[in-house]
Amino acid sequence: MPLDPSFVGRSWPATAPYQVGREKIREFATAIGATDAEYHDPEAARAAGYPDVVAPPTFPVVITMAASRQIIADPALGLDYSRVVHGDQRFSYTRPVVAGDTLVCVNSVDDITSRGGHDFITTRTEVSTEGGEPVVTVWSKLVQRGED
Amino acid sequence: MAEQLPTQTFRVTRADLIRYAGASGDFNTIHWSERIARNVGLPGVIAHGMYTMALAGRAVSVWAGAPDAVVDFSVRFTRPVPVPDTDEGTEVVVNGAVKEVTDDGLTRIDITATCNGEKVLSLAKATIRKR
Repeated sequence: MPLDPSFVGRSWPATAPYQVGREKIREFATAIGATDAEYHDPEAARAAGYPDVVAPPTFPVVITMAASRQIIADPALGLDYSRVVHGDQRFSYTRPVVAGDTLVCVNSVDDITSRGGHDFITTRTEVSTEGGEPVVTVWSKLVQRGED
Repeated sequence: MAEQLPTQTFRVTRADLIRYAGASGDFNTIHWSERIARNVGLPGVIAHGMYTMALAGRAVSVWAGAPDAVVDFSVRFTRPVPVPDTDEGTEVVVNGAVKEVTDDGLTRIDITATCNGEKVLSLAKATIRKR
Protein backbone atom coordinates (compact mmCIF):
# COMPACT_ATOMS: atom_id res chain seq x y z
CA MET A 1 0.00 0.00 0.00
CA PRO A 2 1.40 3.43 -0.87
CA LEU A 3 2.18 5.87 1.91
CA ASP A 4 -0.39 8.57 2.65
CA PRO A 5 0.78 11.57 0.56
CA SER A 6 -1.10 13.99 2.82
CA PHE A 7 1.78 13.64 5.32
CA VAL A 8 4.02 15.75 3.04
CA GLY A 9 4.51 19.23 4.46
CA ARG A 10 3.18 18.30 7.89
CA SER A 11 5.10 19.18 11.07
CA TRP A 12 4.71 17.73 14.54
CA PRO A 13 4.91 19.37 17.97
CA ALA A 14 8.39 19.49 19.53
CA THR A 15 9.42 16.27 21.30
CA ALA A 16 10.10 16.06 25.03
CA PRO A 17 13.52 17.51 25.93
CA TYR A 18 16.49 15.11 25.65
CA GLN A 19 19.33 15.74 28.07
CA VAL A 20 22.65 14.94 26.39
CA GLY A 21 24.81 13.17 28.97
CA ARG A 22 28.60 13.02 29.09
CA GLU A 23 28.57 9.25 29.64
CA LYS A 24 26.17 8.72 26.71
CA ILE A 25 28.54 10.57 24.38
CA ARG A 26 31.47 8.51 25.70
CA GLU A 27 29.46 5.29 25.27
CA PHE A 28 28.52 6.20 21.68
CA ALA A 29 32.09 7.26 20.80
CA THR A 30 33.43 4.00 22.26
CA ALA A 31 30.85 1.98 20.29
CA ILE A 32 32.05 3.48 17.00
CA GLY A 33 35.70 3.10 18.02
CA ALA A 34 36.35 6.84 18.19
CA THR A 35 39.08 7.61 20.71
CA ASP A 36 39.49 11.36 20.09
CA ALA A 37 40.06 13.14 23.40
CA GLU A 38 37.34 15.75 22.73
CA TYR A 39 34.71 12.95 22.80
CA HIS A 40 35.90 11.55 26.13
CA ASP A 41 37.80 14.11 28.17
CA PRO A 42 36.05 17.32 29.33
CA GLU A 43 39.42 19.07 29.74
CA ALA A 44 40.35 18.37 26.11
CA ALA A 45 36.90 19.56 25.00
CA ARG A 46 37.26 22.78 27.03
CA ALA A 47 40.67 23.37 25.47
CA ALA A 48 38.90 23.18 22.09
CA GLY A 49 36.39 25.80 23.23
CA TYR A 50 33.44 23.65 24.37
CA PRO A 51 31.75 23.53 27.78
CA ASP A 52 31.94 19.70 27.94
CA VAL A 53 32.66 16.64 25.75
CA VAL A 54 31.64 16.92 22.08
CA ALA A 55 29.52 14.28 20.29
CA PRO A 56 30.65 12.50 17.08
CA PRO A 57 28.94 13.68 13.87
CA THR A 58 26.36 10.87 13.68
CA PHE A 59 25.45 10.98 17.40
CA PRO A 60 22.20 12.96 16.84
CA VAL A 61 20.63 9.82 15.35
CA VAL A 62 20.32 8.55 18.92
CA ILE A 63 17.81 11.34 19.49
CA THR A 64 16.25 11.72 16.03
CA MET A 65 15.57 8.02 15.44
CA ALA A 66 13.47 7.88 18.60
CA ALA A 67 11.85 11.24 17.77
CA SER A 68 10.85 10.16 14.25
CA ARG A 69 8.59 7.45 15.69
CA GLN A 70 6.10 10.33 15.96
CA ILE A 71 5.76 10.05 12.17
CA ILE A 72 6.66 6.53 11.13
CA ALA A 73 4.68 4.75 13.85
CA ASP A 74 1.49 6.63 12.95
CA PRO A 75 -0.80 3.93 11.46
CA ALA A 76 -2.35 6.57 9.16
CA LEU A 77 0.99 6.86 7.28
CA GLY A 78 0.76 3.18 6.30
CA LEU A 79 4.44 2.28 6.75
CA ASP A 80 5.19 -1.43 7.24
CA TYR A 81 8.41 -1.25 9.26
CA SER A 82 9.32 -4.88 8.52
CA ARG A 83 9.88 -3.85 4.87
CA VAL A 84 11.79 -0.66 5.61
CA VAL A 85 15.45 -0.09 4.79
CA HIS A 86 17.50 3.06 5.36
CA GLY A 87 18.00 4.98 2.10
CA ASP A 88 19.79 8.25 2.77
CA GLN A 89 20.99 10.17 5.80
CA ARG A 90 22.23 13.73 6.19
CA PHE A 91 23.35 15.96 9.06
CA SER A 92 23.74 19.71 8.59
CA TYR A 93 25.32 21.37 11.62
CA THR A 94 25.06 24.82 13.12
CA ARG A 95 27.36 23.58 15.90
CA PRO A 96 28.36 20.21 17.40
CA VAL A 97 26.21 18.57 20.07
CA VAL A 98 27.84 18.94 23.50
CA ALA A 99 27.21 17.17 26.82
CA GLY A 100 24.83 19.26 28.88
CA ASP A 101 22.69 20.26 25.90
CA THR A 102 18.95 19.86 26.37
CA LEU A 103 17.61 19.22 22.88
CA VAL A 104 14.15 19.14 21.34
CA CYS A 105 13.21 17.82 17.89
CA VAL A 106 10.67 19.21 15.47
CA ASN A 107 9.81 16.64 12.80
CA SER A 108 8.46 17.31 9.31
CA VAL A 109 7.85 15.21 6.22
CA ASP A 110 9.67 16.74 3.23
CA ASP A 111 8.73 14.20 0.59
CA ILE A 112 6.87 10.98 -0.18
CA THR A 113 7.33 9.27 -3.55
CA SER A 114 6.85 5.88 -5.22
CA ARG A 115 9.14 4.35 -7.82
CA GLY A 116 9.55 0.84 -9.16
CA GLY A 117 7.11 -0.57 -6.62
CA HIS A 118 9.00 0.96 -3.69
CA ASP A 119 7.85 3.83 -1.48
CA PHE A 120 10.16 6.56 -0.20
CA ILE A 121 9.67 8.99 2.68
CA THR A 122 12.06 11.79 3.61
CA THR A 123 11.78 13.18 7.11
CA ARG A 124 13.50 16.33 8.36
CA THR A 125 14.21 16.88 12.04
CA GLU A 126 15.22 20.30 13.31
CA VAL A 127 17.22 19.73 16.49
CA SER A 128 17.55 22.79 18.72
CA THR A 129 18.11 23.60 22.36
CA GLU A 130 15.13 24.14 24.63
CA GLY A 131 15.95 27.82 24.38
CA GLY A 132 15.52 27.72 20.58
CA GLU A 133 19.18 27.77 19.51
CA PRO A 134 19.50 25.69 16.30
CA VAL A 135 22.06 22.85 16.57
CA VAL A 136 21.66 20.41 13.69
CA THR A 137 19.18 19.54 10.95
CA VAL A 138 18.82 15.84 10.19
CA TRP A 139 17.29 14.32 7.05
CA SER A 140 16.48 10.64 6.79
CA LYS A 141 15.09 8.84 3.76
CA LEU A 142 13.42 5.49 4.40
CA VAL A 143 12.58 2.99 1.68
CA GLN A 144 9.61 0.67 2.01
CA ARG A 145 10.40 -2.23 -0.30
CA GLY A 146 7.60 -3.47 -2.53
CA GLU A 147 5.81 -6.64 -1.51
CA ASP A 148 6.96 -9.71 -3.44
CA MET B 1 43.27 16.47 -10.00
CA ALA B 2 41.53 16.05 -6.65
CA GLU B 3 43.73 15.44 -3.62
CA GLN B 4 43.32 11.83 -2.46
CA LEU B 5 43.12 11.39 1.30
CA PRO B 6 44.75 8.45 3.12
CA THR B 7 42.65 5.27 3.06
CA GLN B 8 41.04 4.38 6.40
CA THR B 9 40.22 0.72 7.07
CA PHE B 10 37.87 -0.40 9.84
CA ARG B 11 37.34 -3.95 11.09
CA VAL B 12 33.72 -4.77 11.99
CA THR B 13 32.74 -7.76 14.11
CA ARG B 14 29.46 -8.98 15.61
CA ALA B 15 30.56 -7.62 18.97
CA ASP B 16 30.84 -4.15 17.40
CA LEU B 17 27.24 -4.38 16.16
CA ILE B 18 25.96 -5.43 19.59
CA ARG B 19 27.83 -2.55 21.22
CA TYR B 20 26.49 -0.11 18.61
CA ALA B 21 22.93 -1.40 19.08
CA GLY B 22 23.18 -0.66 22.80
CA ALA B 23 24.81 2.74 22.40
CA SER B 24 22.51 3.95 19.62
CA GLY B 25 19.24 2.37 20.76
CA ASP B 26 18.78 0.67 17.35
CA PHE B 27 17.87 -2.90 18.28
CA ASN B 28 16.55 -3.91 14.83
CA THR B 29 16.87 -7.73 14.84
CA ILE B 30 18.61 -7.94 11.43
CA HIS B 31 21.70 -6.50 13.12
CA TRP B 32 22.08 -9.34 15.65
CA SER B 33 19.92 -12.36 14.71
CA GLU B 34 21.18 -14.57 11.88
CA ARG B 35 17.83 -16.39 11.85
CA ILE B 36 15.74 -13.25 11.39
CA ALA B 37 18.19 -11.67 8.93
CA ARG B 38 17.98 -14.77 6.69
CA ASN B 39 14.21 -14.91 7.07
CA VAL B 40 13.90 -11.46 5.50
CA GLY B 41 16.17 -12.41 2.58
CA LEU B 42 19.50 -11.02 3.76
CA PRO B 43 22.73 -13.04 3.46
CA GLY B 44 23.00 -12.94 7.26
CA VAL B 45 23.45 -10.35 9.99
CA ILE B 46 24.27 -6.93 8.51
CA ALA B 47 25.78 -3.82 10.07
CA HIS B 48 23.56 -0.87 10.92
CA GLY B 49 23.75 1.63 8.05
CA MET B 50 24.36 4.28 10.70
CA TYR B 51 27.33 2.27 12.01
CA THR B 52 28.90 2.34 8.53
CA MET B 53 28.18 6.08 8.34
CA ALA B 54 29.80 6.53 11.77
CA LEU B 55 32.96 4.79 10.48
CA ALA B 56 33.00 7.13 7.48
CA GLY B 57 32.64 9.98 9.99
CA ARG B 58 35.72 8.71 11.84
CA ALA B 59 37.64 8.79 8.56
CA VAL B 60 36.52 12.38 7.99
CA SER B 61 37.69 13.34 11.50
CA VAL B 62 41.11 11.80 10.78
CA TRP B 63 41.36 13.69 7.50
CA ALA B 64 40.22 16.92 9.13
CA GLY B 65 42.63 16.48 12.01
CA ALA B 66 39.79 17.39 14.39
CA PRO B 67 36.78 15.43 15.70
CA ASP B 68 34.44 18.47 15.61
CA ALA B 69 35.15 19.72 12.08
CA VAL B 70 32.09 18.28 10.29
CA VAL B 71 29.50 20.88 9.28
CA ASP B 72 27.62 18.76 6.72
CA PHE B 73 27.67 15.00 6.21
CA SER B 74 25.45 12.92 3.93
CA VAL B 75 25.38 9.39 2.53
CA ARG B 76 23.21 6.99 0.55
CA PHE B 77 23.17 3.37 1.70
CA THR B 78 23.56 1.27 -1.45
CA ARG B 79 24.40 -2.22 -0.22
CA PRO B 80 24.32 -3.98 3.13
CA VAL B 81 27.55 -4.78 5.02
CA PRO B 82 27.30 -8.49 5.96
CA VAL B 83 29.17 -9.27 9.18
CA PRO B 84 30.01 -12.98 9.55
CA ASP B 85 30.15 -14.57 13.00
CA THR B 86 33.94 -14.93 12.99
CA ASP B 87 36.76 -13.37 14.98
CA GLU B 88 37.80 -11.41 11.89
CA GLY B 89 34.30 -10.20 10.97
CA THR B 90 34.63 -7.98 7.91
CA GLU B 91 36.34 -4.77 6.80
CA VAL B 92 34.97 -1.43 5.66
CA VAL B 93 37.41 0.60 3.57
CA VAL B 94 36.84 4.36 3.42
CA ASN B 95 38.47 6.63 0.85
CA GLY B 96 38.13 10.33 0.29
CA ALA B 97 39.14 13.03 -2.13
CA VAL B 98 39.12 16.78 -1.63
CA LYS B 99 36.66 18.19 -4.11
CA GLU B 100 36.77 21.86 -3.28
CA VAL B 101 38.18 24.36 -0.80
CA THR B 102 35.91 27.37 -0.57
CA ASP B 103 36.91 30.97 0.06
CA ASP B 104 35.19 30.90 3.46
CA GLY B 105 37.42 28.09 4.74
CA LEU B 106 35.25 25.06 4.07
CA THR B 107 36.61 21.86 2.52
CA ARG B 108 34.28 19.58 0.57
CA ILE B 109 35.22 15.90 0.51
CA ASP B 110 33.80 13.10 -1.64
CA ILE B 111 33.77 9.79 0.22
CA THR B 112 33.62 6.18 -0.94
CA ALA B 113 33.11 3.19 1.34
CA THR B 114 33.48 -0.41 0.23
CA CYS B 115 33.13 -3.86 1.76
CA ASN B 116 34.45 -6.93 -0.10
CA GLY B 117 35.24 -4.58 -2.98
CA GLU B 118 31.63 -3.45 -3.38
CA LYS B 119 30.36 0.05 -2.77
CA VAL B 120 28.27 0.25 0.42
CA LEU B 121 27.84 4.04 0.43
CA SER B 122 27.26 6.27 -2.55
CA LEU B 123 26.75 10.03 -2.90
CA ALA B 124 28.70 10.25 0.34
CA LYS B 125 30.17 13.65 1.10
CA ALA B 126 31.27 15.79 3.97
CA THR B 127 31.97 19.47 4.42
CA ILE B 128 34.50 20.32 7.09
CA ARG B 129 35.68 23.52 8.69
CA LYS B 130 39.26 23.44 9.85
CA ARG B 131 39.98 25.09 13.17
